[in-house]
Amino acid sequence: MPEIEVEGLYKRFKVAKRSAGLGQAVKSLFHREYRIIEALNNVSFSIESGEIVGYIGPNGAGKSTTIKIMSGILVPDEGKCCIMGRIPWKERVAHVKNIGVVFGQRSQLWWDVPVIDSFELLRDIYAIPQKEYLENLDLLVSTLELQNIINIPVRQLSLGQRMRCELAASLLHGPKILFLDEPTIGLDAVSKIAVRQFIKRINREKNITVILTTHDMNDIEALASRILLIGKGRILYDGDLDYIRNCFSTHKTITVNFRGNKPQVDTCVAGISGVNVISCSEERILLDVDTRTARVTDVITILSANLDVIDISIDSQPIDELIVKLYREYDI
Amino acid sequence: MKSNIKAYFSVFRLRLITGLQYRAAALAGIATQFFWGFMHIMVYEAFYENAMGTQPISLKQIISYVWLQQAFLVFIALWIRDYEIFNLITSGNIAYEFCRPCGFYGFWFAKLVAQRLSGATLRCFPILIVAFLLPEPYRMTLPPDFLTFCLFVITLVIGLLVLVSISMLIYISVFITMSPSGSMTTISIIGEFFSGMIIPIPLMPSWLQKIANYLPFRLAADMPFRIYSGHIPADEALKGILIQLAWLLVLVLIGKISLKSITKKIIVQGG
Amino acid sequence: MKTIKLYFKYLIILLKSQMQYRGSFWLLALGQFLVPFSVFAALYFMFERFGNIKGWNFFEVALCFAVINMAFAVTECFARGFDTFSNLVVSGDFDRLLVRPRSTFLQVLGSKFEFAKLGRLVQSATVLIWDLVNIQVKWDFFKIITLIFMIAGGVFIFTGIFILTATLCFWTVQGLEVANILTDGGREMSQYPLSIYRKWVIRFFTFIIPFGCINYLPLMYILERAEEKRILCMISPLFGILFLVPCLFVWKAGVRHYRSTGS
Repeated sequence: MPEIEVEGLYKRFKVAKRSAGLGQAVKSLFHREYRIIEALNNVSFSIESGEIVGYIGPNGAGKSTTIKIMSGILVPDEGKCCIMGRIPWKERVAHVKNIGVVFGQRSQLWWDVPVIDSFELLRDIYAIPQKEYLENLDLLVSTLELQNIINIPVRQLSLGQRMRCELAASLLHGPKILFLDEPTIGLDAVSKIAVRQFIKRINREKNITVILTTHDMNDIEALASRILLIGKGRILYDGDLDYIRNCFSTHKTITVNFRGNKPQVDTCVAGISGVNVISCSEERILLDVDTRTARVTDVITILSANLDVIDISIDSQPIDELIVKLYREYDI
Repeated sequence: MKSNIKAYFSVFRLRLITGLQYRAAALAGIATQFFWGFMHIMVYEAFYENAMGTQPISLKQIISYVWLQQAFLVFIALWIRDYEIFNLITSGNIAYEFCRPCGFYGFWFAKLVAQRLSGATLRCFPILIVAFLLPEPYRMTLPPDFLTFCLFVITLVIGLLVLVSISMLIYISVFITMSPSGSMTTISIIGEFFSGMIIPIPLMPSWLQKIANYLPFRLAADMPFRIYSGHIPADEALKGILIQLAWLLVLVLIGKISLKSITKKIIVQGG
Repeated sequence: MKTIKLYFKYLIILLKSQMQYRGSFWLLALGQFLVPFSVFAALYFMFERFGNIKGWNFFEVALCFAVINMAFAVTECFARGFDTFSNLVVSGDFDRLLVRPRSTFLQVLGSKFEFAKLGRLVQSATVLIWDLVNIQVKWDFFKIITLIFMIAGGVFIFTGIFILTATLCFWTVQGLEVANILTDGGREMSQYPLSIYRKWVIRFFTFIIPFGCINYLPLMYILERAEEKRILCMISPLFGILFLVPCLFVWKAGVRHYRSTGS
């Protein structure tokens, strides 16, 4: 029995049409026009306990609608959803005790008071027994390294510190499922890594199911083995990331550091089809290899034969490019 | 200069469009104002019923006073819920405003005038038209002659400028306190009281009227409205215009000077 | 009850938040005091000039003023969350409330408490005390109870209106200033005994939004001018208290609508 089971979700929204210009504005005083947006169109998937799922798609695809339905905020027009044996919107209070939600852009902490005050009020809101609260608090504080910031008002924290506190706040009541909406947005590299490591750890140690919505593909690469791609309200892909990589990865970048003659380099690779020189300096050359027409090993062999090679590195296409291709493929 | 005027006009037009978009808000606002107008008139009516002796201002004049207050509320209220400037200041984005070529004081002054003009244009006509069509005793009366009407329009417009210069000073003071609400409430209460919004100035006890006459708040509301109904005769009206212009000069000067000295020592808060 | 304890915990965190801005607090409280004070001053000056209004003297009217302003002040303090509910919806923070295992009603109540609004409470309490000293009334136990019910009834009526207005936000956040007719307007109107207005006004404010129950009817009882139905006049404030009940149902319906149509 999967922990999360979603079947045939449909959701439509009515949005008022607004047009530009003074004439149109006067018109709209008397007559409003609407259009129907199909936010979700037969969305189905299931998630087992302990999975980390990356939920991706372009803006407006239906991600936040799905998350809202799964957290019990929104009621779908049609379809079923069963999370840990409950229907989220029907048993909101009971369901919500088992989930944690982090909205990357909006804070759930009280702005002007020390973090610990927010934590204590959350303890009371969720009616967490004191013993359990202290245990969870200790664990979260040590794992997220909050000791030094827990007594500082939230408004004085940096974005990275705030996000760590948000994560802690969402886990104080020991939920089984965690919804993360853009958790690393705006964070510096160090904080991003800290957040990712934390998520991996709680997933491993406490078997917490994580559903991650993000535009940062590096988050997905670091955390999620499984991807749910949604576009224009439909699930377009449900599987693992490697498959996407293999399907769409068509180029590799070879970086070579060398000693020797530059003109030699130009000539020796000019002949190979599928190989383009991105840049070339006295000591380094960057090549773009189309793996469909040329083989990386062949290129390397030719280069080694002609140059005094110091170092070679081979890079795959950045995941963002792959995702762009993926979106284009599905026309979203 | 021409580009400035164009800029101000486009602000006006944009606000008008925005205002029309929110049709429910526009209708609601007008309905609200009718309610307040009726309510005030009913109260004055009730007071005047038992009035012994003649009052310094007649009920008919009070009624047109009330309707003018409602119709031109946007012109005369010190308190306007536009936190745009406040947010700019507290968030620190105000620094971008100083880069404008038009000159900070001038640009914001014109923006505030445009804002009020567009707000009033939307509301004053529906309210006035209906006010003229109401049954007695609620009906609004016409001014006694055309000259009075002209004086009314002139004093109303200059009064608007005086009011905006006062509100500029309030905004400038926010630079110092960094917190809008506190000073805003207190000052706007005092301003509203002494502009006759809470009790018409002619109905105040004489010692209070004297204080009101020394302050500039009455110049935007009380004075034009009493000119309209003829309560202030034409020759006094002309004197009134001079007083308006004098205050306008003083307030704008104070505003510009304090702004100059403040921009020299700005603390940008936020982040 | 545990819910009440939790509500107080909300208040404590809000107090801590606002105490961070101590300077502006006093200015704000002063402003909140001055607003009803200026209205009261106007009232005083009008009576100084006119003597009475349709037979009611200054202290009788001042009693109405004190009652309605106290009720409004208390409501503004406690139910401010509903008053400013449009912010919660527009910012999307209401979703946050739906993800917490508590009733939305409690959470909205606990979302705001502006301590500076106590300034208005101080002003109306001062007027009430001054008025009680000066008014020509023979006070007894029942009259005092009636007075307390008048204020309590007012609180419930205003809270009900706040809730209704907040529920409107689920459909639209525009045009809500109309509701001010009922809150600010109702308050300003009820400063005077409703009998000074036209008949249709009295009817509206007795049967639709029952301000009459906390204004004219019990006032007649206290001033011993009710010739008939004295008991009805005395207990009429309770109808004001009952007004809250349908408002709560409307709120629930509003939340249901929000959850099926999204924002």
